[in-house]
Amino acid sequence: MSTLKIMARDNYQEKFDETEEKESSMPVQQEGFDETISKKRKVVIPGEVIVSGEDFLPSDGTKRSGDDIVAMRYGLSEESGMVVKVLPITGAFIPRRNNVVIGRVSNITMNGWVVDIDWANPAFLPIDESPRFINKNEMDQFLAVGDILIAKIWGMNQRGIDLSLRSRGLGKLEGGFMFRVIPARVPRIIGKEGSMISLIKDKTGANIVVGQNGWVWINAETADSAIKARKVIEFIVDNFHQEGLTDKVEDFLAK
Amino acid sequence: MVEKFKRIDGRKLNELRPMTAKVGVVPNADGSAIFSFGNTIAIAAVYGPRLLHPQHMQDSQKAILRVNYDLLSFSVNDRKKPGPNRRSQEISKVTEWALSPVIDLKQFPNTVIDVQIYIIQADAGTRTAGINAASMALAHAGIPMADLVCSVAVGKQDEHIVLDLNKAEEDFEEGEGATDFPVAKLANSDEYTLLQLDGNIPSNRVKEVLAMANSACKDIYEVQKNALKEFVK
Amino acid sequence: MSSMEVSNATIETLSTLFAENKRFDGRKLTDYRDLKVSLDVSNCAEGSARVILGKTEVIVGVKMAIGEPYPDSPEKGNLSVSADLLPLASPRFEMGPPKFDAIELPRLVDRSIRESHIINLEELCVKPGEKVWTVMIDIYPLNDDGNLIDAAVIGALVALKNSVIPGLDENGKVDYKHRTKKKIPLAANLPLSITLYKLGNSIILDPTREEQEACETKLNIGLSNLNGKHMIHSCQKGGDVPFTQKEIESMMEILPAKYDHLIEKLKKFL
Repeated sequence: MSTLKIMARDNYQEKFDETEEKESSMPVQQEGFDETISKKRKVVIPGEVIVSGEDFLPSDGTKRSGDDIVAMRYGLSEESGMVVKVLPITGAFIPRRNNVVIGRVSNITMNGWVVDIDWANPAFLPIDESPRFINKNEMDQFLAVGDILIAKIWGMNQRGIDLSLRSRGLGKLEGGFMFRVIPARVPRIIGKEGSMISLIKDKTGANIVVGQNGWVWINAETADSAIKARKVIEFIVDNFHQEGLTDKVEDFLAK
Repeated sequence: MVEKFKRIDGRKLNELRPMTAKVGVVPNADGSAIFSFGNTIAIAAVYGPRLLHPQHMQDSQKAILRVNYDLLSFSVNDRKKPGPNRRSQEISKVTEWALSPVIDLKQFPNTVIDVQIYIIQADAGTRTAGINAASMALAHAGIPMADLVCSVAVGKQDEHIVLDLNKAEEDFEEGEGATDFPVAKLANSDEYTLLQLDGNIPSNRVKEVLAMANSACKDIYEVQKNALKEFVK
Repeated sequence: MSSMEVSNATIETLSTLFAENKRFDGRKLTDYRDLKVSLDVSNCAEGSARVILGKTEVIVGVKMAIGEPYPDSPEKGNLSVSADLLPLASPRFEMGPPKFDAIELPRLVDRSIRESHIINLEELCVKPGEKVWTVMIDIYPLNDDGNLIDAAVIGALVALKNSVIPGLDENGKVDYKHRTKKKIPLAANLPLSITLYKLGNSIILDPTREEQEACETKLNIGLSNLNGKHMIHSCQKGGDVPFTQKEIESMMEILPAKYDHLIEKLKKFL
């Protein structure tokens, strides 16, 4: 009689131990998408073998299984030299240390501001991490409930996520409007060394800030340029995988 | 001469109904998919990891996987009153057990990953279609997973072991009657995460059931894989 | 997907855009989005329809059952409309007891359909005082990107128009497997819902979810083409900001053309 075995839940931890997400520390100048290595990219699904060979090194979203490097999530596999990783192309925002995110103040406490960054738990901006000295009884004059800001995640621990405004390019975002895109597509919007986002800002005249949590803030002088800037960003998000996207975007902006 | 056994819809004993699958069908969701076996159509959407209310339900060691399965009222001939019932609650739970082994829940403590599965049209095998849809939706949502989960209902019509029963076959009454044996397994290994049975089957024939399921799951996996890859075209 | 509410800055920007007769997706304030309709969502329903309005998607099914009539209408069939805001369709929809949105949607759809008298309830009587047909319309959003009400009523209308009465076996019990060829008895007038939303001094139609959340108040209208007139059968204002008389009058003026435009698009399903 054949025995039916169901693996104990604990055994499954073995599958994951080797793939704990390596912290990717990105500088405030956000990492964009380099079209030139698109040849080594392909869509992979969880459990799929990406490459085989003992010289390959498994990185984000992959794991070694014997001779094979196996995908541990859905996305685009990328091989740079011998390092293999899987870039996400969909999914909710997962906060990492050094991410630069757009958030909204939801509460003010004695020691700082509680900020919604579109994650399961709100983040906290301690009063010490504001860009200049803020008096405890002037906190709401600097940032009031409902205000929008761009901040860096400088700490993540059991208690929660801590934000900082103490770098160039961070701070309150006044006026404008904001909307959300799929966070995994943000590198495409920024482009290699910021080339794509600069192109959009240039051609629309709009001031644009993109958070790694998928929130985009736009402040434009005219309604038409606000509408155009948003439309082109949504176009990039929907066509993120197309070849020659930069050309298509230039055509879009020229209309 | 013994008459050869014929299935009600003419399929071979080990033949699946035609399958369809599509990913990204609910734009609001982090991940979503539709999967069908013949006339059974399931839609699944995944939201998360996200905030879990109330706080006391949070687990500080890992994400909670919360599955909700239900039939839409007009998915069956006798209208199902809206709202969960005992059957849907049980299927929600076994579906959760079928999916959680492939997910790295430890990466997201104090959160919830919500999986919503609804049956739009029911012709037996609803929980298996639901698991197949949910598996694709979880992958589409970028959830870290070791593998996809594939599910199929093997069955028995009298003494014949058959694959993927439809409703008419579930109601079969001749001889040993009908047996329904839904299972789910990891796509790339022989680990089973769902096992249920209604009917009667000799213990020494379970081997045949698993062999048939194994083979069918390879075909199901191809359908799921193609749907996920088609999405990025 | 985010469950963050629309921000004040965005609301102000939308207000400015609307004042210039502009919207983010390029529509004019009173334009409806692309409308796609299809039938046969479920072969277990007496009739069913799928409505895709922009990115909003709703499926509607019609089921019928035999039961006793209400005591005050012994010779009439019954109508009941339900809607379930499935958590599948939006990060904002939760499991558990329904919030006001979930209660309001089916009631508005019910009034649009019921008050138009499109269903001939007298003809659904099988045995006076004892047996009548009940028509149950069930609405399920599959993706909420705003304006669920109008999409739901379109779905209900199309599903009703394409519904067939189930058979009755020799014991008078419903036989769903052997449907008759008889369609549900319907009147000639076709009900639709047109909901107008207001932000600042602008009135818009068919908002996206973002626009709908930014708007301060709404006016839902159920209307049909009864005897050649654009007849309003039901109306409900929702939200705490008032409409001026001038606004109400100008909204009434928009209705006929919008109604005709939508009916024209739905012709092949009606």
